[in-house]
Amino acid sequence: MSTIQLTDAPAGIEGQGFFATSFEKAVGLARANSIWPLPFATSCCGIEFMATMASNYDLARFGSERISFSPRQADLLMVMGTIAKKMGPVLRQVYLQMAEPRWVIAVGACASSGGIFDTYSVLQGIDKVIPVDVYVPGCPPRPEQIIDGITKIQELVKNEPIRRRNSPEYKALLASYGIQ
Amino acid sequence: MSTISNGYILNEISEQFPDSVIDSLESYGMLSIEVKANDIIAILSFLKTHPQIQMNFLTDVCGIHYPDQIGKELGVVYHLHSFTNNVRLRLKCFVPSEKPEIHTITSVFEAANWQERETFDFYGIEFVGHPNLTRILNVDEMDYFPLRKEYPLEDQTRTDKDDSYFGR
Amino acid sequence: MEKIETSYDYKPEFTQLNLGPTHPATHGIFQNILTMDGEIIVNAEQTVGYIHRAFEKIAEKRPYYQVTPLTDRLNYCSSPINNMGWHMTVEKLLGVETPKRVDYMRIIIMELARIADHLICNSVIGVDVGALTGFTYVFQWREKIYDIYEEICGARLTTNIGRIGGLERDFSPACLKKIKEFIAEFPAALIEFTNLLERNRIFMDRTIGAGPISVDRALAYGFTGPNLRAAGLDYDVRVMNPYSSYQDFDFVIPIGTQGDTYDRFMVRQQEMWESLKIVKQAFENLPEGKFFADVPDFFLPPKEEVYHNMEALIFHFKIVMGEADVPVGEVYHAVEGGNGELGYYLVSDGGRAAYRLHFRRPCFIYYQAYPEMIKGSTLSDAIVTMSSMNVIAGELDA
Repeated sequence: MSTIQLTDAPAGIEGQGFFATSFEKAVGLARANSIWPLPFATSCCGIEFMATMASNYDLARFGSERISFSPRQADLLMVMGTIAKKMGPVLRQVYLQMAEPRWVIAVGACASSGGIFDTYSVLQGIDKVIPVDVYVPGCPPRPEQIIDGITKIQELVKNEPIRRRNSPEYKALLASYGIQ
Repeated sequence: MSTISNGYILNEISEQFPDSVIDSLESYGMLSIEVKANDIIAILSFLKTHPQIQMNFLTDVCGIHYPDQIGKELGVVYHLHSFTNNVRLRLKCFVPSEKPEIHTITSVFEAANWQERETFDFYGIEFVGHPNLTRILNVDEMDYFPLRKEYPLEDQTRTDKDDSYFGR
Repeated sequence: MEKIETSYDYKPEFTQLNLGPTHPATHGIFQNILTMDGEIIVNAEQTVGYIHRAFEKIAEKRPYYQVTPLTDRLNYCSSPINNMGWHMTVEKLLGVETPKRVDYMRIIIMELARIADHLICNSVIGVDVGALTGFTYVFQWREKIYDIYEEICGARLTTNIGRIGGLERDFSPACLKKIKEFIAEFPAALIEFTNLLERNRIFMDRTIGAGPISVDRALAYGFTGPNLRAAGLDYDVRVMNPYSSYQDFDFVIPIGTQGDTYDRFMVRQQEMWESLKIVKQAFENLPEGKFFADVPDFFLPPKEEVYHNMEALIFHFKIVMGEADVPVGEVYHAVEGGNGELGYYLVSDGGRAAYRLHFRRPCFIYYQAYPEMIKGSTLSDAIVTMSSMNVIAGELDA
């Protein structure tokens, strides 16, 4: 008996030799279980991310084995650590280079809100420059919390309508950040 | 333990540069001497090449701001360390905030390069003759010197913070 | 006759390569604009400050005990050393004598932190030359050190360990058991890690001669810590100016000769053995006594007393509001951090917060030597040089 668990099939119609479901759900299932993260690690939270990737916590169990250091091939931008005002444009550039569909997770207090660094040089949350899907609190968050954030992203990815990225709401969201 | 005393170092400097030493204080085992800003290169070279003192290592350079000391508002603090004698020394120079200029010490200690840039970045102290005196930590567009006492710590562009919750 | 122009002209042509601020091979965010002649680096121009967080300005606004969380975030690979260094600086200002037990407990924590710091640095050198196995292997042992921290203070990475005057609580039996297990089991793991890399032909070929620096140049650039020792000078703050009873312990300072990447790796490897030796000695000779010094103005009283005892409540209130009296003065205190001499220059005007606090961050000072170390070498050597220097962005930019 193998211990490998298969993911549950989405709702659909099953019969002798066939299984029918909506295209959206099939795509969502595939995407959610093979998210390629781009670690944008700047400080302390990056070390906790290393712990998350390493043997004890092993993020690969959730389908994120392949770390993509190139934004072109990444699905998920993981921003970990303080983003200073000097770094803001760089972060935005990386986000712009990513292809749709793209998700963003802000790991840690600094990325979410500036954290304890309410200072002249620190960007008060990355949602000032790019839209964020999931915020993970903590300074730094434990690896379990980071994994929890990734599973939250997986839920979003799984249930995302296939036309969401073309919807006027999404375009309005991007426009509010000045992204075409 | 150190093999030469703080008093010996102070004597040597006072003898060599009688007009330069303004003040001296020994606190927590470390000698702290205030010297004239113009003589800093000469004093550092003297300490570095002195056969007994041999202050061969520059530990640290940093700035300090005393807005109430009229005429010498901005200070540069040098920490030196002699590995051979295991003795540490603090030198201080003060410059007025209207004309905050002091000669760079990169010709004596190369390690001062970035530390002087940091001091310039934080306090706006001009290090004359520095090879590349530009901002190092902050963005180039910044138009003030953030660690001077008159500038606030907090991000002034914040819109989501209600001051009444913070007692301001 | 007209001169015929050749299509080729032997003018050297350089390429600009932008290494960073986000580059998979740089650990942290620093930019290096490299001028390359083929694969050879001709010049490098550095930009730092991408996570400048204004620690020194924050420290001028916060009471002393609230500065400890800031020091955590300097070199976050070994934050307990930074915490302890800060506590000792304030204790020096106040003139507090800590009991022997506090010193020994602190040494156990600091040396475990040094092991954790060097583990991450050395395994990442392995990753940069293509050996990921060592990294996944030693990270389990970092997790064990994290477990010990969790028993002591409840946090993993940014520990905020200890208080001014001592530690917040004594080592619990579970913690002592974990330290004992670590001392017993870690040597086998470190030997296995050593076997993976130390005499590995590929690893040696990649690291020997990469990014060397002579001892004179290292001193001129203000190197301290393992990087200076790899160049061949045995300067260690723990021995030169012993703090926290380091003079009671028997350990050696490993030094290198070439100052290249392999020497830096080997110095860190040996330091882990020495740190383990110190942990063992401190653990075996842990004196009995109190885990805090007698500084009621700074050391929080136990919670039970705060609820039932008027005096304790007053002290608790004074500490939390940061109203304790401090002497006027200037202190410089240095500890041997993971990367070298970590100094705290504290100017007190008697107020609730420091008038000026400057951190002497070893990374910031020695990273300026990087262009000189990589000039004339290949890009791949530059990458391993950077990882072996162990430049930590938090400490670099403060």
